[in-house]
Amino acid sequence: MAPSNSKQEAPSRLFIIAALVLLGTGMFWGVTGGLQYLIPGFLKSYLPFQKIRPLHVSSVVFWIIFSSTGAVFTYLQQHTGKKIYSRLLIKIQLIIFSLSVIAILISYCAGIFGGREYWEFHPILALPIVAGWILFLINFIKSAGSFRNQPVYVWMWFTGMLFFLFTFLESYLWIFPYFRNNVVNDMTVQWKSYGAMVGSWNMLIYGSSIFLMDKISNSKNYSHSSMAFLLYFIGLFNLMFNWGHHIYTLPTHNYIKHISYAISMTELFILGRIIFNWRASVSAAKKNFHKTAYRFLVAADAWIFLTLLLAIIMSVPGINLYTHGTHITVAHTMGATIGINSFLLLAIAFDILNDTCLSFEPYKKLFNRGYWLANISLFVFWISLIGAGVVKAKWQLSTSQIPFSSMMLQLRPFFIVFFISGVVMMTGFLCIIYPLLKNNVLCYFKFKTTGKIQTHYYSPAA
Amino acid sequence: MFTEKRKNIIAALLIVAFLSYSFFLYLSLPVKNISVSKETSKGKLVWQQYNCNACHQVYGLGGYLGPDLTNTYSLRGPAYIKAFVQNGTATMPNFDLNEKEVSALLAYLRDIAASGKGDPRTFTINNNGTIQQ
Repeated sequence: MAPSNSKQEAPSRLFIIAALVLLGTGMFWGVTGGLQYLIPGFLKSYLPFQKIRPLHVSSVVFWIIFSSTGAVFTYLQQHTGKKIYSRLLIKIQLIIFSLSVIAILISYCAGIFGGREYWEFHPILALPIVAGWILFLINFIKSAGSFRNQPVYVWMWFTGMLFFLFTFLESYLWIFPYFRNNVVNDMTVQWKSYGAMVGSWNMLIYGSSIFLMDKISNSKNYSHSSMAFLLYFIGLFNLMFNWGHHIYTLPTHNYIKHISYAISMTELFILGRIIFNWRASVSAAKKNFHKTAYRFLVAADAWIFLTLLLAIIMSVPGINLYTHGTHITVAHTMGATIGINSFLLLAIAFDILNDTCLSFEPYKKLFNRGYWLANISLFVFWISLIGAGVVKAKWQLSTSQIPFSSMMLQLRPFFIVFFISGVVMMTGFLCIIYPLLKNNVLCYFKFKTTGKIQTHYYSPAA
Repeated sequence: MFTEKRKNIIAALLIVAFLSYSFFLYLSLPVKNISVSKETSKGKLVWQQYNCNACHQVYGLGGYLGPDLTNTYSLRGPAYIKAFVQNGTATMPNFDLNEKEVSALLAYLRDIAASGKGDPRTFTINNNGTIQQ
């Protein structure tokens, strides 16, 4: 594994810096949306919920896309020990993506939507995203060289990139009347694409996490092992065929539901492996907890267990009937997006952006407080959503159903906890990312003017 | 266990299976022989234009701030929906939809209601964990 070189990696680091800004933006919109649950009509005339929700979702999805793109570019260079095929293409891709995100966020404020559940924007704005992604693929293929004897993370990056392109294009099939003219047909294809799209960006994130684990342990044994490839193929199999568990109650083909149910259960193998390796994971965590990036990997590990357990339970149609359409689904999404994806991406961000020209010493306490605030509040946030989901599930299946608005009033205590823990969580995340962002932005401009490679390493957890 | 050759074969088989499944589905969508009115088609675009899904669900998929609207048309009727659309609520803004847009939206909601039942109470759970209506 070649040592990192900030000069070579500078353009790809910019993706991660932009991603951290998007994470902050996404959390701000999330908290604003949470406030709209508590104060009906809050900002209704200017920024009603149908604007706030896509602002939140798109900011957070782009945090994932930008940071995983930066991670793939940086780690690919470290893996091959060579420069990326074209730094110019990275810069063009960054400019395309950045301008697209700005245009997308402005379009929501102007009331221009794609109107799809859940990641949506106007189809015209999808074109530059596709163009930028094709540049990403070209740069990756040209830089990776031969695919022979590559570790599992290279396979994961490549399949993640291919499937993102496929599913993203598929999610726009609705523009053809053949697909959109019937609600059942439309929703079947829509959830086929979205279900697999999440799997595709997970491939990029998990691949980068495996690279990081190799780097921390200074060994490539795992990423070349049969177990790593077995888990990869199970993940890929699920990405391709388990999307039907989102639409068990939709009157679509029964075979879609049966296939999804059966394939979702293969994730039990992954769950079993986590339980089997629990003791080893805990002892490794104790040994490496002083390493900042490793701390986030430990947090993500716990969330993988909780989220996977919930996902498997929810994939049983008879149980899904109770949880579907309730906040338990939101709890699952939040556990996956914040607890797994965001913590893994923060581990990666800390690994990649840890060498700066300014000292992080003054921020040690701030980091530690932020880390624990984010973790504890996320757990409270998750529990409050499950609580709200249980009450809604009871209401959905009740024979003497009270009006929707009365049920929402019953959920108010959960929404209060959900909002407060959301604010605390945002505070925690800001404590974590503020020093990283500040020092990197300042050092980036210094680096641009002096051309010197940065030297100080960031390990606030130490 | 996984030689280079085996990895390539498994990946190729999975990709062929995925593409076959995808295109089979595109060519045999669940609902065939659709005759949809212009008004319903327009209603779907009105639904998307105002991002109704941000707050409302259809078949349990969508936002959580407003109620699921899958069968609202058949259960409550058009006048009930129209009252909400044209006046808004404490949470929902009045979108100032014109008469044509309101009527198109109602046609779309009628179409959704006719497509099936979204109420979980109408399902039964089988012993193997599957559900049926």
